[in-house]
Amino acid sequence: MEEKGTMRVKIGLAEMLKGGVIMDVTTPEQALIAAEAGAAAVMALERVPADIRRDGGVARMADPNVIDGIIKALKEKKYEVPVMAKARIGHFVEAQILEAMGVDFVDESEVLTPADEHFHIDKHKFKVPFVCGARNLGEALRRIGEGAAMIRTKGEAGSGDVVEAVRHMRAVTGDIRRLTQLPDEELMTEAKNLGAPYDLVKYVKENGKLPVPNFAAGGIATPADAALMMMLGAEAVFVGSGIFKSEDPATRAKAIVDAVTHYRDPKVLAEVSRGLKSAMRGLDVSKMDEKDLLQTRGW
Amino acid sequence: MGRIGALALQGDFELHIKMLRRAGVEAVEIRTPAQLDSVSGLVIPGGESTTVSRLMRRYGLDKAIRERYLSGSLAVYGTCMGMILVCSDTEGDHDLAQLGFIDATVERNAYGPQVESFESDIVIDSVNGAGPMRFRAVFIRAPKVTRVGDGVKILASHAGAPALISQGLCLAGNFHPELTDDWRLHKYFLDEFAARIGD
Repeated sequence: MEEKGTMRVKIGLAEMLKGGVIMDVTTPEQALIAAEAGAAAVMALERVPADIRRDGGVARMADPNVIDGIIKALKEKKYEVPVMAKARIGHFVEAQILEAMGVDFVDESEVLTPADEHFHIDKHKFKVPFVCGARNLGEALRRIGEGAAMIRTKGEAGSGDVVEAVRHMRAVTGDIRRLTQLPDEELMTEAKNLGAPYDLVKYVKENGKLPVPNFAAGGIATPADAALMMMLGAEAVFVGSGIFKSEDPATRAKAIVDAVTHYRDPKVLAEVSRGLKSAMRGLDVSKMDEKDLLQTRGW
Repeated sequence: MGRIGALALQGDFELHIKMLRRAGVEAVEIRTPAQLDSVSGLVIPGGESTTVSRLMRRYGLDKAIRERYLSGSLAVYGTCMGMILVCSDTEGDHDLAQLGFIDATVERNAYGPQVESFESDIVIDSVNGAGPMRFRAVFIRAPKVTRVGDGVKILASHAGAPALISQGLCLAGNFHPELTDDWRLHKYFLDEFAARIGD
């Protein structure tokens, strides 16, 4: 019997994106540049996070025409890269719309203005897979408990500053390492302390990893940033504003793709880091107001 | 049998390496032509075909894999994207680094968007001489074989389309055994393909 939308099928697509770069794009032209550069997937948006941050106001799901335009442009040029799109935290109707449009992956994203301050989307109800952001293991396991098929660090989107993505990746991998050392009788209390489902805590202790792929996002701007996240345990990298807010997006996009493949080889990294022109200007997260942080959205 | 590699440019190569190790062989990641020298078999995993094509060309791996294969010193198993790359043609006009080891045409992403991805039981003809084998096949944005040449063996089909095919030293399937706990197909690749390469 054929079964669609099983957890294995959802996680399967996340597995296929490993070792790749998922690039934010806002126009069909950008989507083609990203695909040509070797993006493993594209994230179709109306505005990249740096612009959302600058413009303020309520950030919502993109106009379906923007997403359709990107899907069509890729198909016409025979690129078969998966297309992702963002829904607001808790906005399950936006997610239903994206699923109905044939989007391949939904990002329930803190980059958009949350629609529900208490509850995330029940992602088990969907056939389309979801990715969610997390700053620590408890948050990651809560999202997986709700049905997320992929976790990414939140980092600080639109900042061009990798420090928060590093903090979140180290927090998740550090917590995982600690869990693997715990005796079984401590797991229930650990689940309580993490605010995470017991079964998932037990899985992490036994396997030393999350039950879904663990990617990096939020502030990655250079090939070296991308390789750093891979070295810290990320299995793939999202680049949001970092490509199309830079001076030479096509060259930078290719360089970041190469860096994610050859992240353990500093000679290749040196080669691809040369002559990229200016990176996005960026914002120093340590100088930002608490209220301007996107990463504190979601619970 | 020598070591087996998994092409590690992009995709789910780690899962293949795990399966190969469970099937009892030493398995390594392959990112450069030099690393290819140490293996007698290569798994090309699932992933994004445009991404992997560009990286293969940039680092000379398409040429290196083709040379090794044509000299008879390398067996190859392609899954999903890997199947696209080992076949000779795709429907439509794509600039992919296809290796042409199997005389067949594939249509990329033939089942539609991810919500149409599925898992299903298939029956594989006589693997390891054990008679027909039921296998849980996971299809993720899968390609579909639309034509096979005369020399191509069809080992399993799903809904009328070939799902597992072989020619010479090459095996290819449009589904993902590495997403299950079932390593019988990896074992089959080792026993019936990689084992034919002299050490």
